[in-house]
Amino acid sequence: MTGSNTTHNQQSQLVASPNEPSVESTARGLEVRRNILLTTPALIVLFLAASGPLFIMLFYSFLTPGAYGGVEWKSSLDAWFRVFLHRDIFDETVMFADAHVSIFWRSLKLSFLTTLLALFLGFPTAYFIATRPENRRNLWLFLITIPFWTNLLIRTFAIMEVIRNQGVINTLLMAFGFIDEPIQMLFTDFAILLGMAYVYLPLMILPVYASMERLDFRLVEAGYDLYATRLRVLWRIIIPLVKPGIIAGSILVFIPSLGAYVTPRLLGGGKRMMLGNLIELQFGQGRNWPLGAALSITLLAIVMIALIVYVRSAQRTKSNRVG
Amino acid sequence: MSVAIEAQSVSKIFNAGSEHSVTALDDVTVEISDNEFFTLLGPSGCGKTTLLRLIAGFEHPSSGLIKLHGENISSLPPFRRPVNTVFQNYALFPHMTVSENIAFGLEMQGQSKDKVAQTTQEMLQLVRMQELSDRRTSQISGGQQQRVALARALAPHPKVLLLDEPLSALDFKLRKDMQLELKRLQHETGITFIFVTHDQEEALTMSDRIAVMNAGRILQIGSPKDIYEHPAERFVADFIGDTNFIVADVVSDDGKQARLKFMSGSEIEVALPEELSGADHVTVAIRPEQVMIGVDSGSALFQGNLEQKVYFGTDTHYHIRLPDGELFIARIQNARGQTEQLECGANVGIGIEPDAIQILRD
Repeated sequence: MTGSNTTHNQQSQLVASPNEPSVESTARGLEVRRNILLTTPALIVLFLAASGPLFIMLFYSFLTPGAYGGVEWKSSLDAWFRVFLHRDIFDETVMFADAHVSIFWRSLKLSFLTTLLALFLGFPTAYFIATRPENRRNLWLFLITIPFWTNLLIRTFAIMEVIRNQGVINTLLMAFGFIDEPIQMLFTDFAILLGMAYVYLPLMILPVYASMERLDFRLVEAGYDLYATRLRVLWRIIIPLVKPGIIAGSILVFIPSLGAYVTPRLLGGGKRMMLGNLIELQFGQGRNWPLGAALSITLLAIVMIALIVYVRSAQRTKSNRVG
Repeated sequence: MSVAIEAQSVSKIFNAGSEHSVTALDDVTVEISDNEFFTLLGPSGCGKTTLLRLIAGFEHPSSGLIKLHGENISSLPPFRRPVNTVFQNYALFPHMTVSENIAFGLEMQGQSKDKVAQTTQEMLQLVRMQELSDRRTSQISGGQQQRVALARALAPHPKVLLLDEPLSALDFKLRKDMQLELKRLQHETGITFIFVTHDQEEALTMSDRIAVMNAGRILQIGSPKDIYEHPAERFVADFIGDTNFIVADVVSDDGKQARLKFMSGSEIEVALPEELSGADHVTVAIRPEQVMIGVDSGSALFQGNLEQKVYFGTDTHYHIRLPDGELFIARIQNARGQTEQLECGANVGIGIEPDAIQILRD
């Protein structure tokens, strides 16, 4: 038994008697069957709203683009060819699609940095909330969720107002004489990073907090007692124990960052494109739906590969420690 | 024998200044010697765990000093104190194996890999856990977890080992075994043990000395025999073992001895604590097993009516109603060939030697 839930393991070892488990598992089986019915509505919505469109996208990616958008019902691999490769209009030479690759790369880089920034900001916050008295924690969690009350677009415009050349930061810095001319922050990768970290920060804080709340702080004391300094307690005890929350939070931040659309569009000024913008371009001005569909599926594949690699490596470190 | 831990007028007030302020420790002074098995005994909330946490460094005193071998450690963080703790629920690291848990403190001290491995092996051997060294802490039983917690705390060879009710989670049989095990470990390692418990029997059987605490103060410090046979205060007498409390008038005292007169009219000469010299009445404590009973012959110190006999296997409890209405309990061993059979309803006499009567400070 290598279950992650320690207390549960202990209990079952202490309590279990030879004939109890069968009775218990039958009862649990019944309960599971009954509860599956409860999930049916959600499953139907998921199937219609997620899987259905996904199959349509996959199908479209193998068709020919229509002249005014849409698709022609003629099969073609051209869209998939154009995801990574580029044929010169004049001499027909095939080249790597630099533009696409650099957008993929920027998306991955920015999403990774966003995840890292959200972790750096979110982890101490989660720790702070988890160490408050129990009756005050909900207040703090409530405060964390307040930004969600405002529309994403409005929040993003608010960031623009703060970081633009005549914005709050530059005005203040110039007024106090720290700088002579405004620092260009808006329409940079920095702006996109800042915007995404801000938007997705709660998605990091909440799962990390959930793990942290279950953390037995006596283990932290035990660490101090055994000559571990604060940094070592953090590294050797707290982080390994809240790792499930860190993984969950990282996934929750990384995935939407990779497909982000509004934030890079507004804060990147349209020039600094990310994958979401590239896909939108194909369905809009580009009038190449199959390419947009192929890019979407590629994005999905990247996310899935990233997830699998991540989960695998997490499992490996775990089994190493057991073995 | 030199002093290992010294607390000098230590007070600890939580939430000081606010309306919720709680005085957990009130001017506590105690000296604990090297290689001593010292027990802090008291009911929950008496401050014993707070005192332990102050010594460990998890809390800092509001006033007063804590010294280790003469050096003031009051302001040092826990990781700078050569003191280790065995926690009440063990607090073993669930993401590490048994041997990784034991090695943790050694690694944090910066010892070499070989040294860490060697000491870990020795510790596994000391607590007889070699076979389970690669198990996760969730895969071993409560008693085994207890032993790992001990090994982990002993591995860095602390000057003082603090034990915070480490046996309370174990069942009766295992607790008895672990009591002996703890004594053995203390003997073998020669480390000062400071043991916190609310279980008076545990305290009596294991300790070299006991400090009885209540409401943030130490009431009495002494050997188990001292504490049991000569409790200084009513609380101590009441908390440890069963006691009969009886009020007596002081007929005369010379500062050392006092002549007491009981309600029954009988008089007896007993040792008087110095500070009680001059008092008119005192309360005395009489342990139920330190009396003799028999058919009333008139010569006994007290007489009463036998109301109830309760058989306990090794001994029998006799509930005797004294003339003033108080219940007196006598505990008599069930020896073989005990001739005298007392029947309920009979008038019985209670014989007490002067040294079985302890005058309390109240």
